[in-house]
Amino acid sequence: MTRFLSVARGVAWRSIHNTVVSPAILVPSIIFPLFFLVAFAGGLSRISDVPNFHYDPGYTSFQFVFVFLQSAAFGGVFTGFGIARDFDSGFARRLLLAAPRRSGIIAGYTIGALLRWAITGTIVTVAALIAGMNVDGNGVQLVGLLGLGIAMNLVAALWACGIAMFTRTEQAGALIQMPVFLLLFLAPVFVPINLLTSWIHDVANINPVTAVLEAGRGLLAGSPVKVAVAFAALAGGAAVMALFARRGLASAERAG
Amino acid sequence: MAVDLAIEGLPARASSGGAGLLEQTLAVARRSAVRTLRQRGLLIFPLIFPLLLFGINGSSLSSATKIPGFPTHHYRDFLIAMPFIQGAMFVSITAGVDLARDIESGFLNRLALTPLRTEAMLVGQLGGAFVLGVVQAIVYLLVGFATGVTLVSGVGGALVLLALSILIAFGFASLGGLLALRLGRGEAIQGIFPLLFVTLFLSSSSLPRNLIQTTWFRDIATYNPVSYLLEGIRSLVITGWDGEALALGFGFATALLVITVLLSQPAMRSRLARA
Repeated sequence: MTRFLSVARGVAWRSIHNTVVSPAILVPSIIFPLFFLVAFAGGLSRISDVPNFHYDPGYTSFQFVFVFLQSAAFGGVFTGFGIARDFDSGFARRLLLAAPRRSGIIAGYTIGALLRWAITGTIVTVAALIAGMNVDGNGVQLVGLLGLGIAMNLVAALWACGIAMFTRTEQAGALIQMPVFLLLFLAPVFVPINLLTSWIHDVANINPVTAVLEAGRGLLAGSPVKVAVAFAALAGGAAVMALFARRGLASAERAG
Repeated sequence: MAVDLAIEGLPARASSGGAGLLEQTLAVARRSAVRTLRQRGLLIFPLIFPLLLFGINGSSLSSATKIPGFPTHHYRDFLIAMPFIQGAMFVSITAGVDLARDIESGFLNRLALTPLRTEAMLVGQLGGAFVLGVVQAIVYLLVGFATGVTLVSGVGGALVLLALSILIAFGFASLGGLLALRLGRGEAIQGIFPLLFVTLFLSSSSLPRNLIQTTWFRDIATYNPVSYLLEGIRSLVITGWDGEALALGFGFATALLVITVLLSQPAMRSRLARA
Protein backbone atom coordinates (compact mmCIF):
# COMPACT_ATOMS: atom_id res chain seq x y z
CA MET A 1 0.00 0.00 0.00
CA THR A 2 2.85 2.38 0.85
CA ARG A 3 4.45 1.70 -2.50
CA PHE A 4 1.11 2.29 -4.26
CA LEU A 5 0.68 5.60 -2.46
CA SER A 6 4.21 6.78 -3.12
CA VAL A 7 3.81 6.11 -6.88
CA ALA A 8 0.40 7.80 -6.92
CA ARG A 9 1.75 10.81 -5.05
CA GLY A 10 4.76 11.16 -7.33
CA VAL A 11 2.75 10.89 -10.56
CA ALA A 12 0.06 13.26 -9.25
CA TRP A 13 2.64 15.83 -8.20
CA ARG A 14 4.35 15.68 -11.57
CA SER A 15 1.03 15.93 -13.41
CA ILE A 16 -0.15 19.01 -11.53
CA HIS A 17 3.33 20.57 -11.54
CA ASN A 18 3.53 20.25 -15.34
CA THR A 19 0.08 21.79 -15.62
CA VAL A 20 0.78 24.76 -13.38
CA VAL A 21 4.21 25.68 -14.77
CA SER A 22 3.19 25.34 -18.42
CA PRO A 23 0.78 28.02 -19.63
CA ALA A 24 0.33 26.16 -22.92
CA ILE A 25 -1.25 23.32 -20.93
CA LEU A 26 -3.05 25.31 -18.26
CA VAL A 27 -4.52 28.18 -20.25
CA PRO A 28 -6.65 26.18 -22.74
CA SER A 29 -8.20 24.14 -19.93
CA ILE A 30 -9.22 27.39 -18.21
CA ILE A 31 -10.19 29.33 -21.33
CA PHE A 32 -12.46 26.70 -22.85
CA PRO A 33 -14.99 26.40 -20.01
CA LEU A 34 -14.97 30.16 -19.48
CA PHE A 35 -15.58 30.66 -23.14
CA PHE A 36 -18.47 28.20 -23.14
CA LEU A 37 -19.93 29.94 -20.10
CA VAL A 38 -19.77 33.31 -21.83
CA ALA A 39 -21.07 32.02 -25.16
CA PHE A 40 -23.93 29.96 -23.72
CA ALA A 41 -25.02 31.95 -20.69
CA GLY A 42 -24.42 35.33 -22.36
CA GLY A 43 -25.38 34.70 -25.95
CA LEU A 44 -28.25 32.31 -25.48
CA SER A 45 -29.97 33.77 -22.43
CA ARG A 46 -33.05 34.54 -24.52
CA ILE A 47 -33.63 30.79 -24.76
CA SER A 48 -35.15 31.02 -21.29
CA ASP A 49 -38.08 32.87 -22.93
CA VAL A 50 -39.06 29.74 -24.82
CA PRO A 51 -42.52 28.60 -23.63
CA ASN A 52 -42.35 25.90 -20.90
CA PHE A 53 -38.74 26.69 -20.00
CA HIS A 54 -38.77 26.67 -16.20
CA TYR A 55 -35.60 27.01 -14.18
CA ASP A 56 -35.99 29.39 -11.27
CA PRO A 57 -32.34 30.41 -10.70
CA GLY A 58 -32.12 31.66 -14.32
CA TYR A 59 -30.31 30.81 -17.51
CA THR A 60 -26.80 31.63 -16.25
CA SER A 61 -27.23 29.07 -13.46
CA PHE A 62 -28.78 26.61 -15.91
CA GLN A 63 -25.71 26.85 -18.15
CA PHE A 64 -23.25 27.00 -15.26
CA VAL A 65 -24.06 23.43 -14.25
CA PHE A 66 -23.30 22.20 -17.76
CA VAL A 67 -20.05 24.17 -17.96
CA PHE A 68 -19.05 23.08 -14.44
CA LEU A 69 -19.54 19.39 -15.29
CA GLN A 70 -17.97 19.87 -18.70
CA SER A 71 -14.88 21.42 -17.13
CA ALA A 72 -14.73 18.42 -14.79
CA ALA A 73 -14.87 16.01 -17.72
CA PHE A 74 -12.32 17.98 -19.70
CA GLY A 75 -10.00 18.08 -16.70
CA GLY A 76 -9.82 14.33 -17.17
CA VAL A 77 -9.50 14.58 -20.95
CA PHE A 78 -6.63 17.07 -20.79
CA THR A 79 -4.85 14.81 -18.33
CA GLY A 80 -5.19 12.03 -20.91
CA PHE A 81 -3.37 14.25 -23.41
CA GLY A 82 -0.55 14.55 -20.88
CA ILE A 83 -0.36 10.77 -20.45
CA ALA A 84 -0.21 10.30 -24.22
CA ARG A 85 2.54 12.93 -24.35
CA ASP A 86 4.44 11.01 -21.66
CA PHE A 87 4.31 7.90 -23.83
CA ASP A 88 5.41 9.82 -26.93
CA SER A 89 8.37 11.34 -25.09
CA GLY A 90 9.44 8.02 -23.59
CA PHE A 91 8.87 9.19 -20.02
CA ALA A 92 6.03 6.73 -19.45
CA ARG A 93 8.27 3.80 -20.35
CA ARG A 94 10.81 4.87 -17.72
CA LEU A 95 7.94 5.35 -15.29
CA LEU A 96 6.72 1.80 -15.90
CA LEU A 97 10.22 0.51 -15.22
CA ALA A 98 10.67 2.52 -12.06
CA ALA A 99 7.26 2.20 -10.39
CA PRO A 100 7.12 -0.56 -7.75
CA ARG A 101 3.29 -0.65 -7.94
CA ARG A 102 2.15 0.29 -11.42
CA SER A 103 -1.53 0.66 -10.55
CA GLY A 104 -0.36 3.69 -8.57
CA ILE A 105 0.36 5.34 -11.93
CA ILE A 106 -3.35 5.34 -12.81
CA ALA A 107 -4.24 6.64 -9.37
CA GLY A 108 -1.62 9.36 -9.68
CA TYR A 109 -2.89 10.55 -13.04
CA THR A 110 -6.51 10.62 -11.80
CA ILE A 111 -5.49 12.62 -8.73
CA GLY A 112 -3.61 14.96 -11.09
CA ALA A 113 -6.80 15.34 -13.14
CA LEU A 114 -8.76 16.19 -10.01
CA LEU A 115 -6.22 18.81 -8.92
CA ARG A 116 -6.22 20.30 -12.40
CA TRP A 117 -10.01 20.54 -12.30
CA ALA A 118 -9.85 22.12 -8.85
CA ILE A 119 -8.23 25.11 -10.57
CA THR A 120 -10.59 25.37 -13.54
CA GLY A 121 -13.70 24.51 -11.53
CA THR A 122 -12.91 27.30 -9.05
CA ILE A 123 -12.31 29.84 -11.81
CA VAL A 124 -15.50 28.89 -13.66
CA THR A 125 -17.53 29.15 -10.45
CA VAL A 126 -16.11 32.56 -9.57
CA ALA A 127 -16.74 33.77 -13.12
CA ALA A 128 -20.35 32.55 -13.01
CA LEU A 129 -20.93 34.26 -9.66
CA ILE A 130 -19.49 37.51 -11.05
CA ALA A 131 -21.80 37.09 -14.06
CA GLY A 132 -24.78 37.03 -11.70
CA MET A 133 -25.44 33.34 -11.21
CA ASN A 134 -28.16 32.64 -8.64
CA VAL A 135 -27.58 29.81 -6.18
CA ASP A 136 -30.78 28.51 -4.55
CA GLY A 137 -29.39 25.22 -3.20
CA ASN A 138 -28.24 24.85 0.40
CA GLY A 139 -24.76 23.83 1.55
CA VAL A 140 -25.43 20.10 1.44
CA GLN A 141 -26.90 20.35 -2.05
CA LEU A 142 -23.89 22.31 -3.27
CA VAL A 143 -21.59 19.67 -1.84
CA GLY A 144 -23.69 17.18 -3.81
CA LEU A 145 -23.08 19.21 -6.98
CA LEU A 146 -19.36 19.25 -6.21
CA GLY A 147 -19.52 15.47 -5.71
CA LEU A 148 -21.07 15.06 -9.15
CA GLY A 149 -18.22 17.09 -10.61
CA ILE A 150 -15.58 15.03 -8.83
CA ALA A 151 -17.17 11.78 -10.00
CA MET A 152 -17.46 13.12 -13.56
CA ASN A 153 -13.80 14.10 -13.48
CA LEU A 154 -12.85 10.63 -12.25
CA VAL A 155 -14.80 8.82 -14.97
CA ALA A 156 -13.37 11.03 -17.73
CA ALA A 157 -9.82 10.76 -16.35
CA LEU A 158 -10.01 6.96 -16.23
CA TRP A 159 -11.37 6.86 -19.79
CA ALA A 160 -8.62 9.18 -21.02
CA CYS A 161 -6.01 7.19 -19.10
CA GLY A 162 -7.21 3.94 -20.66
CA ILE A 163 -7.18 5.28 -24.22
CA ALA A 164 -3.79 6.97 -23.75
CA MET A 165 -2.29 3.75 -22.40
CA PHE A 166 -3.79 1.59 -25.13
CA THR A 167 -2.69 3.88 -27.96
CA ARG A 168 0.46 5.39 -26.39
CA THR A 169 0.53 8.31 -28.82
CA GLU A 170 -0.51 11.95 -28.78
CA GLN A 171 -2.32 11.35 -32.05
CA ALA A 172 -5.05 9.68 -30.01
CA GLY A 173 -6.13 13.12 -28.78
CA ALA A 174 -9.28 13.16 -30.89
CA LEU A 175 -10.15 9.64 -29.78
CA ILE A 176 -9.89 10.70 -26.14
CA GLN A 177 -11.83 13.89 -26.62
CA MET A 178 -14.58 13.18 -29.13
CA PRO A 179 -16.63 10.56 -27.23
CA VAL A 180 -16.62 12.78 -24.11
CA PHE A 181 -17.57 15.80 -26.18
CA LEU A 182 -20.38 13.90 -27.90
CA LEU A 183 -21.77 12.44 -24.66
CA LEU A 184 -21.84 15.91 -23.12
CA PHE A 185 -23.50 17.60 -26.07
CA LEU A 186 -26.02 14.80 -26.60
CA ALA A 187 -27.51 15.75 -23.23
CA PRO A 188 -29.98 18.62 -22.70
CA VAL A 189 -27.35 21.37 -22.87
CA PHE A 190 -29.39 24.41 -23.89
CA VAL A 191 -32.93 23.58 -22.77
CA PRO A 192 -34.51 21.07 -20.36
CA ILE A 193 -35.12 17.64 -21.81
CA ASN A 194 -38.89 18.19 -22.10
CA LEU A 195 -38.20 20.89 -24.69
CA LEU A 196 -36.01 18.70 -26.85
CA THR A 197 -37.66 17.19 -29.90
CA SER A 198 -36.90 14.55 -32.53
CA TRP A 199 -33.86 12.26 -32.31
CA ILE A 200 -31.96 14.38 -29.82
CA HIS A 201 -34.75 13.83 -27.26
CA ASP A 202 -34.52 10.06 -27.66
CA VAL A 203 -30.73 10.08 -27.44
CA ALA A 204 -30.73 12.41 -24.42
CA ASN A 205 -33.21 10.12 -22.70
CA ILE A 206 -30.79 7.20 -22.72
CA ASN A 207 -27.63 9.29 -22.26
CA PRO A 208 -26.40 8.88 -18.67
CA VAL A 209 -24.99 12.43 -18.74
CA THR A 210 -28.59 13.68 -18.87
CA ALA A 211 -29.29 12.36 -15.37
CA VAL A 212 -26.06 13.90 -14.08
CA LEU A 213 -26.91 17.25 -15.64
CA GLU A 214 -30.47 17.22 -14.35
CA ALA A 215 -29.29 16.25 -10.89
CA GLY A 216 -26.72 19.05 -10.90
CA ARG A 217 -29.27 21.62 -12.02
CA GLY A 218 -31.74 20.39 -9.41
CA LEU A 219 -29.13 20.66 -6.65
CA LEU A 220 -28.17 24.21 -7.66
CA ALA A 221 -31.85 25.17 -7.76
CA GLY A 222 -32.50 23.67 -4.32
CA SER A 223 -34.95 21.10 -5.68
CA PRO A 224 -32.99 17.87 -6.15
CA VAL A 225 -34.02 15.37 -8.82
CA LYS A 226 -32.43 12.10 -9.99
CA VAL A 227 -29.50 12.53 -7.57
CA ALA A 228 -29.30 8.83 -6.73
CA VAL A 229 -29.55 7.89 -10.42
CA ALA A 230 -26.80 10.33 -11.30
CA PHE A 231 -24.41 9.08 -8.63
CA ALA A 232 -25.22 5.47 -9.52
CA ALA A 233 -24.50 6.17 -13.19
CA LEU A 234 -21.21 7.83 -12.33
CA ALA A 235 -20.22 5.08 -9.90
CA GLY A 236 -20.96 2.46 -12.56
CA GLY A 237 -19.06 4.49 -15.12
CA ALA A 238 -16.08 4.84 -12.78
CA ALA A 239 -16.01 1.08 -12.11
CA VAL A 240 -16.09 0.22 -15.83
CA MET A 241 -13.52 2.88 -16.69
CA ALA A 242 -11.21 1.79 -13.87
CA LEU A 243 -11.21 -1.68 -15.38
CA PHE A 244 -10.61 -0.18 -18.82
CA ALA A 245 -7.70 1.93 -17.53
CA ARG A 246 -6.21 -1.12 -15.79
CA ARG A 247 -6.36 -3.08 -19.06
CA GLY A 248 -4.77 -0.11 -20.81
CA LEU A 249 -1.95 -0.22 -18.30
CA ALA A 250 -1.56 -3.97 -18.87
CA SER A 251 -1.39 -3.30 -22.61
CA ALA A 252 1.33 -0.68 -22.05
CA GLU A 253 3.21 -3.12 -19.81
CA ARG A 254 3.09 -5.80 -22.48
CA ALA A 255 4.31 -3.32 -25.10
CA GLY A 256 7.28 -2.57 -22.88
CA MET B 1 8.19 13.48 -53.73
CA ALA B 2 5.04 14.78 -55.34
CA VAL B 3 5.95 18.05 -53.76
CA ASP B 4 9.16 18.32 -55.72
CA LEU B 5 7.54 17.01 -58.87
CA ALA B 6 4.87 19.64 -58.60
CA ILE B 7 7.42 22.40 -58.48
CA GLU B 8 9.39 20.70 -61.22
CA GLY B 9 6.17 20.87 -63.21
CA LEU B 10 6.63 24.61 -63.32
CA PRO B 11 7.24 25.52 -66.97
CA ALA B 12 10.88 25.83 -67.94
CA ARG B 13 10.39 29.53 -68.54
CA ALA B 14 9.84 30.00 -64.82
CA SER B 15 13.45 29.25 -64.07
CA SER B 16 14.50 31.91 -66.48
CA GLY B 17 11.99 34.31 -65.03
CA GLY B 18 9.80 34.08 -68.10
CA ALA B 19 6.71 32.41 -66.61
CA GLY B 20 3.79 34.71 -65.90
CA LEU B 21 2.48 35.40 -62.43
CA LEU B 22 -0.53 33.16 -63.06
CA GLU B 23 1.60 30.22 -64.18
CA GLN B 24 3.88 30.61 -61.19
CA THR B 25 0.94 30.83 -58.81
CA LEU B 26 -0.72 27.76 -60.32
CA ALA B 27 2.48 25.73 -60.03
CA VAL B 28 2.85 26.53 -56.33
CA ALA B 29 -0.89 26.05 -55.81
CA ARG B 30 -0.78 22.63 -57.42
CA ARG B 31 1.92 21.51 -55.04
CA SER B 32 -0.04 22.89 -52.11
CA ALA B 33 -3.25 21.17 -53.24
CA VAL B 34 -1.51 17.82 -53.72
CA ARG B 35 -0.04 18.02 -50.25
CA THR B 36 -3.36 18.94 -48.66
CA LEU B 37 -5.24 16.14 -50.40
CA ARG B 38 -2.59 13.63 -49.32
CA GLN B 39 -3.22 14.37 -45.65
CA ARG B 40 -6.59 12.64 -45.63
CA GLY B 41 -6.44 11.89 -41.93
CA LEU B 42 -6.12 15.56 -41.15
CA LEU B 43 -8.94 16.47 -43.51
CA ILE B 44 -11.64 14.31 -41.95
CA PHE B 45 -11.85 16.00 -38.55
CA PRO B 46 -12.23 19.57 -39.91
CA LEU B 47 -14.90 18.29 -42.27
CA ILE B 48 -16.84 16.19 -39.77
CA PHE B 49 -16.64 18.34 -36.64
CA PRO B 50 -18.71 21.29 -37.94
CA LEU B 51 -21.29 18.82 -39.24
CA LEU B 52 -21.47 17.10 -35.85
CA LEU B 53 -22.09 20.42 -34.13
CA PHE B 54 -24.63 21.31 -36.80
CA GLY B 55 -26.47 18.03 -36.27
CA ILE B 56 -26.46 18.25 -32.48
CA ASN B 57 -27.10 21.96 -32.02
CA GLY B 58 -29.60 22.00 -34.86
CA SER B 59 -31.76 19.66 -32.82
CA SER B 60 -30.84 20.84 -29.30
CA LEU B 61 -31.66 24.46 -30.04
CA SER B 62 -34.71 23.87 -32.22
CA SER B 63 -36.96 25.34 -29.52
CA ALA B 64 -35.23 28.69 -30.10
CA THR B 65 -37.55 29.11 -33.09
CA LYS B 66 -40.38 29.64 -30.58
CA ILE B 67 -38.80 32.88 -29.39
CA PRO B 68 -41.00 35.71 -30.69
CA GLY B 69 -39.39 37.31 -33.73
CA PHE B 70 -37.19 34.35 -34.66
CA PRO B 71 -36.76 34.59 -38.45
CA THR B 72 -37.53 30.97 -39.38
CA HIS B 73 -39.48 27.97 -38.11
CA HIS B 74 -36.62 25.58 -38.77
CA TYR B 75 -33.53 26.09 -36.66
CA ARG B 76 -31.37 24.14 -39.10
CA ASP B 77 -32.11 26.76 -41.76
CA PHE B 78 -30.71 29.33 -39.35
CA LEU B 79 -27.74 27.25 -38.21
CA ILE B 80 -26.54 26.02 -41.61
CA ALA B 81 -24.32 29.12 -41.96
CA MET B 82 -22.24 28.01 -38.99
CA PRO B 83 -20.50 24.95 -40.51
CA PHE B 84 -19.34 27.08 -43.45
CA ILE B 85 -17.60 29.57 -41.15
CA GLN B 86 -16.33 26.89 -38.77
CA GLY B 87 -14.98 24.94 -41.74
CA ALA B 88 -13.28 28.10 -43.04
CA MET B 89 -11.60 28.52 -39.66
CA PHE B 90 -10.30 24.97 -39.85
CA VAL B 91 -9.01 25.79 -43.35
CA SER B 92 -7.03 28.70 -41.90
CA ILE B 93 -5.27 26.35 -39.50
CA THR B 94 -4.53 23.81 -42.24
CA ALA B 95 -3.10 26.56 -44.46
CA GLY B 96 -1.13 28.10 -41.61
CA VAL B 97 0.34 24.84 -40.36
CA ASP B 98 1.31 23.76 -43.90
CA LEU B 99 3.11 27.05 -44.54
CA ALA B 100 4.74 26.95 -41.11
CA ARG B 101 6.02 23.49 -41.93
CA ASP B 102 7.56 24.87 -45.14
CA ILE B 103 9.21 27.60 -43.09
CA GLU B 104 10.50 25.17 -40.47
CA SER B 105 11.80 22.71 -43.07
CA GLY B 106 13.55 25.44 -45.04
CA PHE B 107 11.46 24.77 -48.16
CA LEU B 108 10.29 28.38 -48.32
CA ASN B 109 13.88 29.62 -48.29
CA ARG B 110 14.82 27.28 -51.10
CA LEU B 111 11.75 28.45 -53.03
CA ALA B 112 12.87 32.03 -52.51
CA LEU B 113 16.11 31.25 -54.35
CA THR B 114 14.09 30.56 -57.53
CA PRO B 115 12.77 33.37 -59.74
CA LEU B 116 9.27 32.90 -58.28
CA ARG B 117 7.57 36.18 -57.43
CA THR B 118 6.52 36.78 -53.83
CA GLU B 119 2.87 37.15 -54.82
CA ALA B 120 2.93 33.74 -56.54
CA MET B 121 4.48 32.15 -53.48
CA LEU B 122 1.96 33.77 -51.19
CA VAL B 123 -1.22 33.05 -53.10
CA GLY B 124 -0.03 29.73 -54.48
CA GLN B 125 0.68 28.42 -50.97
CA LEU B 126 -3.05 28.75 -50.34
CA GLY B 127 -3.96 26.43 -53.20
CA GLY B 128 -4.55 23.49 -50.89
CA ALA B 129 -6.74 25.60 -48.66
CA PHE B 130 -8.73 26.70 -51.70
CA VAL B 131 -9.38 23.09 -52.73
CA LEU B 132 -10.32 22.25 -49.15
CA GLY B 133 -12.67 25.24 -49.00
CA VAL B 134 -14.43 24.12 -52.19
CA VAL B 135 -14.82 20.52 -50.97
CA GLN B 136 -16.11 21.64 -47.58
CA ALA B 137 -18.60 24.12 -49.05
CA ILE B 138 -20.09 21.50 -51.38
CA VAL B 139 -20.28 18.88 -48.61
CA TYR B 140 -21.90 21.28 -46.14
CA LEU B 141 -24.46 22.39 -48.70
CA LEU B 142 -25.32 18.80 -49.64
CA VAL B 143 -25.63 17.78 -45.98
CA GLY B 144 -27.81 20.83 -45.42
CA PHE B 145 -30.14 19.77 -48.24
CA ALA B 146 -30.15 16.18 -46.96
CA THR B 147 -31.26 17.34 -43.51
CA GLY B 148 -34.11 19.42 -44.86
CA VAL B 149 -32.54 22.86 -45.24
CA THR B 150 -34.24 24.82 -47.99
CA LEU B 151 -32.80 27.86 -49.76
CA VAL B 152 -35.37 30.59 -50.26
CA SER B 153 -33.07 32.12 -52.89
CA GLY B 154 -33.21 28.95 -55.03
CA VAL B 155 -30.54 27.47 -57.29
CA GLY B 156 -28.95 30.85 -57.97
CA GLY B 157 -28.72 31.38 -54.23
CA ALA B 158 -26.95 28.06 -53.82
CA LEU B 159 -24.31 29.13 -56.33
CA VAL B 160 -23.85 32.51 -54.64
CA LEU B 161 -23.66 30.75 -51.26
CA LEU B 162 -20.90 28.51 -52.59
CA ALA B 163 -19.04 31.50 -54.01
CA LEU B 164 -19.31 33.41 -50.73
CA SER B 165 -18.27 30.48 -48.59
CA ILE B 166 -15.25 29.74 -50.81
CA LEU B 167 -14.25 33.41 -50.65
CA ILE B 168 -14.56 33.29 -46.85
CA ALA B 169 -12.50 30.10 -46.68
CA PHE B 170 -9.84 31.69 -48.90
CA GLY B 171 -9.82 34.78 -46.66
CA PHE B 172 -9.33 32.67 -43.55
CA ALA B 173 -6.67 30.60 -45.33
CA SER B 174 -4.84 33.82 -46.09
CA LEU B 175 -5.11 34.74 -42.40
CA GLY B 176 -3.58 31.35 -41.55
CA GLY B 177 -0.76 32.08 -44.00
CA LEU B 178 -0.13 35.47 -42.43
CA LEU B 179 0.02 33.93 -38.97
CA ALA B 180 2.45 31.30 -40.23
CA LEU B 181 4.72 33.98 -41.67
CA ARG B 182 4.58 35.97 -38.45
CA LEU B 183 4.90 33.07 -36.00
CA GLY B 184 6.86 30.57 -38.08
CA ARG B 185 5.79 27.55 -36.02
CA GLY B 186 2.92 25.15 -36.58
CA GLU B 187 2.43 24.71 -32.84
CA ALA B 188 1.88 28.44 -32.42
CA ILE B 189 -0.73 28.42 -35.20
CA GLN B 190 -2.60 25.60 -33.44
CA GLY B 191 -2.55 27.69 -30.28
CA ILE B 192 -4.27 30.56 -32.10
CA PHE B 193 -7.14 28.33 -33.18
CA PRO B 194 -9.24 28.66 -29.99
CA LEU B 195 -9.15 32.43 -30.44
CA LEU B 196 -10.70 32.08 -33.88
CA PHE B 197 -13.43 29.96 -32.35
CA VAL B 198 -14.10 32.64 -29.77
CA THR B 199 -14.86 35.09 -32.58
CA LEU B 200 -17.35 32.59 -34.00
CA PHE B 201 -19.20 32.05 -30.75
CA LEU B 202 -19.19 35.76 -29.87
CA SER B 203 -21.24 36.46 -32.97
CA SER B 204 -24.78 35.93 -34.20
CA SER B 205 -23.98 32.24 -34.74
CA SER B 206 -26.72 30.84 -32.50
CA LEU B 207 -29.30 33.62 -32.34
CA PRO B 208 -30.05 36.66 -34.53
CA ARG B 209 -28.39 39.78 -33.15
CA ASN B 210 -31.70 41.49 -32.37
CA LEU B 211 -32.71 38.52 -30.19
CA ILE B 212 -29.52 38.45 -28.13
CA GLN B 213 -30.67 39.62 -24.71
CA THR B 214 -27.35 40.36 -23.01
CA THR B 215 -26.37 43.87 -24.07
CA TRP B 216 -22.58 43.48 -24.00
CA PHE B 217 -22.83 40.23 -25.95
CA ARG B 218 -25.08 41.87 -28.55
CA ASP B 219 -22.62 44.78 -28.86
CA ILE B 220 -19.68 42.44 -29.39
CA ALA B 221 -21.68 40.45 -31.95
CA THR B 222 -22.54 43.70 -33.75
CA TYR B 223 -18.90 44.80 -34.00
CA ASN B 224 -17.71 41.28 -34.83
CA PRO B 225 -17.25 40.89 -38.63
CA VAL B 226 -17.91 37.16 -38.31
CA SER B 227 -21.57 38.02 -37.64
CA TYR B 228 -21.79 39.57 -41.11
CA LEU B 229 -20.13 36.60 -42.78
CA LEU B 230 -22.71 34.35 -41.13
CA GLU B 231 -25.58 36.67 -41.98
CA GLY B 232 -24.50 36.88 -45.63
CA ILE B 233 -24.75 33.10 -45.98
CA ARG B 234 -27.85 32.89 -43.80
CA SER B 235 -29.71 35.53 -45.80
CA LEU B 236 -29.62 33.32 -48.89
CA VAL B 237 -31.19 30.48 -46.90
CA ILE B 238 -33.92 32.18 -44.92
CA THR B 239 -34.49 35.65 -46.42
CA GLY B 240 -33.88 35.33 -50.14
CA TRP B 241 -31.95 38.02 -51.98
CA ASP B 242 -30.94 40.52 -49.29
CA GLY B 243 -28.59 43.01 -50.96
CA GLU B 244 -27.33 44.55 -47.72
CA ALA B 245 -26.54 41.23 -46.05
CA LEU B 246 -24.80 39.96 -49.18
CA ALA B 247 -22.84 43.18 -49.65
CA LEU B 248 -21.66 43.04 -46.04
CA GLY B 249 -20.84 39.33 -46.29
CA PHE B 250 -18.87 39.65 -49.53
CA GLY B 251 -17.39 42.96 -48.34
CA PHE B 252 -15.99 41.59 -45.09
CA ALA B 253 -14.77 38.39 -46.77
CA THR B 254 -12.98 40.41 -49.47
CA ALA B 255 -11.56 42.79 -46.87
CA LEU B 256 -10.21 39.84 -44.88
CA LEU B 257 -8.54 38.42 -47.98
CA VAL B 258 -7.10 41.70 -49.23
CA ILE B 259 -5.83 42.88 -45.84
CA THR B 260 -4.19 39.56 -44.99
CA VAL B 261 -2.55 39.24 -48.43
CA LEU B 262 -1.25 42.82 -48.19
CA LEU B 263 0.09 42.23 -44.69
CA SER B 264 1.61 38.92 -45.77
CA GLN B 265 3.92 40.53 -48.33
CA PRO B 266 6.11 42.44 -45.85
CA ALA B 267 5.85 39.48 -43.46
CA MET B 268 7.18 37.19 -46.18
CA ARG B 269 10.03 39.57 -47.02
CA SER B 270 10.87 39.86 -43.34
CA ARG B 271 10.75 36.08 -42.88
CA LEU B 272 13.05 35.50 -45.86
CA ALA B 273 15.41 38.27 -44.78
CA ARG B 274 15.73 36.67 -41.33
CA ALA B 275 16.68 33.39 -42.99
